[in-house]
Amino acid sequence: MATEDTGKEAAIPFEGKRRKVSSHPSQNEALIFEKSSPGKRAYRLPPLDVPEADPSALLGTSARQDPGMLPELSEIEIVRHFTRLSTWNYSIDLGMYPLGSCTMKYNPRVNEFVSRLEGIAEAHPYQPESLSQGALGILHLLERCLLEITGMDAITLQPAAGAHGEFTGILLARAYHQAQGDPRHRILIPDSAHGTNPATAALCGYEVENLRSNSLGMVDLAELEHLVTGDTAALMLTNPSTIGVFESEIHKIADILHAKGALLYMDGANMNALVGKTRPGDFGVDVMHLNLHKTFSTPHGGGGPGSGPVAAKKILEPFLPTPVVVEGPRGEDGRATLRLDYDRPRTIGRVRAFYGNFGMFVRALAYILANGPDGLRQTTEDAVLNANYLRSKLEDLYELPYKTPTLHEVVFSDRRQAQKGVRTGDIAKRLIDYGFHPYTTSFPIIVPGALMIEPTESESREELDLFIDAMRQIAREAQENPELVLTAPHSTRVSRLDEVAAARKPMLRYMPPDGAVGQ
Amino acid sequence: MAYPASYRYTREHEWIEVQGKTGKVGITDHAQESLGDIVFVELPQPGSKVEQGKVFGSVESVKAVSELFSPVTGTVLEVNKELETSPEKINKDAHSAWMLKLEISDPAGLDRLLTADQYEAYVKEETA
Repeated sequence: MATEDTGKEAAIPFEGKRRKVSSHPSQNEALIFEKSSPGKRAYRLPPLDVPEADPSALLGTSARQDPGMLPELSEIEIVRHFTRLSTWNYSIDLGMYPLGSCTMKYNPRVNEFVSRLEGIAEAHPYQPESLSQGALGILHLLERCLLEITGMDAITLQPAAGAHGEFTGILLARAYHQAQGDPRHRILIPDSAHGTNPATAALCGYEVENLRSNSLGMVDLAELEHLVTGDTAALMLTNPSTIGVFESEIHKIADILHAKGALLYMDGANMNALVGKTRPGDFGVDVMHLNLHKTFSTPHGGGGPGSGPVAAKKILEPFLPTPVVVEGPRGEDGRATLRLDYDRPRTIGRVRAFYGNFGMFVRALAYILANGPDGLRQTTEDAVLNANYLRSKLEDLYELPYKTPTLHEVVFSDRRQAQKGVRTGDIAKRLIDYGFHPYTTSFPIIVPGALMIEPTESESREELDLFIDAMRQIAREAQENPELVLTAPHSTRVSRLDEVAAARKPMLRYMPPDGAVGQ
Repeated sequence: MAYPASYRYTREHEWIEVQGKTGKVGITDHAQESLGDIVFVELPQPGSKVEQGKVFGSVESVKAVSELFSPVTGTVLEVNKELETSPEKINKDAHSAWMLKLEISDPAGLDRLLTADQYEAYVKEETA
């Protein structure tokens, strides 16, 4: 693959400012197993100075006879192998990551600094409460901040990520209805929802009912009224929706549900568009999750574990997972001692070992406190401004299926490019040649051939302009030289991988060419 | 691709080929086209009941997972095991890659389905 402009590219001069990318410094790298040669070691142990143990005498038939196939390399070979692999990565520290609905925002360095402070980083979950007052204080303060931001009454920080939060939230709803002597069987989910919503409902034992969007991409109130019955446990709604549209009649949606005893669950994936502007608790939401790894700037994806706190109204509080951080008696200095309350007879039980992904709580709290209320509000405004800037700069070249005003993300369709055979996945791959991570392709499924773009507030106008120039160039290429886009990326180590074969016939482990399992 | 005139169709893009009291069910060429490369098909066990308009399984492509809706009410007699290992058969020839053989318990339900002409018009309208 050529790393410089190909002849084909020269036919369409780049308009605007182009970010030049080069191919990866390391073009090929064998699997670590393939680099192995017998007897190589990355360590040298001192002579054995204790009696040698016989594993089969100690473990009997459980002792492993076949040592397994482990690669044998020197230390420098291992270091170079993984360093070379790391050069193939793309990360938020390298450039924009416009994955719609993922909110791939910058992870501020102050978060990392605070989470590495010795007293925090070295804290152990088995420390007694008396020695954990600082850590409990972090949990407690973060809870209070998140409750203020969401307008809810009670919260658990335990869930490990968004889908786990959904699971926990729906278990709370189920426990609530059961406690009322009114167990219900159905959950309504709009057709624009994340796939995790129906998966959550099914996992919690509910029957999923599909709610069609109206022509604006929003909940159809008449349809909702028609579908909600005394057997509906909840509606799981993402607000703003996956096309970035705020459900302006959310309070009516809540009223329709509440009139039939059903609850309103809000998927907080898009909370980045609401923080500091409006509060789910004020517009009728009963239970919701937050993604600290989206809205609150903790690492997302490979950078760290997620965190999906669940906030709820008073009526659901008795069912929260244990333990819950509570204030004990106040000392002479007026400060309350904090403790963990396990005595909650109506709880749905623990959903995560210890107290959740504590390191993420530290980072999220650092982010909230560093920004303060005005800073968080500004963040929301900047995220919405950035998305609308992209929308206005691209809507003449890319089809906008829903003209409704959008907030923090924008969804185009590939309809115009498809006339030349260029689909959303092709445009995304061409974007790699211009130094950007692709946007989200083919989702939400209510938009055929979707290009879902979320710049977040992290990006400067300069970076957005580079992205816009690249997208406009690709639109021209799709018209004038579609082959160039259809065969992209041209600048990477490998180009088009066989995704279909990978999904149909996945190979999940290394198999040596001779078929031997061990040595 | 032409939609066989002897089949009946759902608005959710399944087809059924009726022979006496049994019927073969699959998805339409339009459905496979919009799904893209299909990588996995999840089907019910033989002997299980299916209900008209209700979900009986799912089909996964490289783009998305979509639910499958039963064209009629009945009992599953047989599932097409071939699709477990070769889901690409649906992409190659959707109208012969059947998924289920059903014993139809409510033949009157067939009247609620679309004919080939009606389905073709429906697809045209939907993609317009």
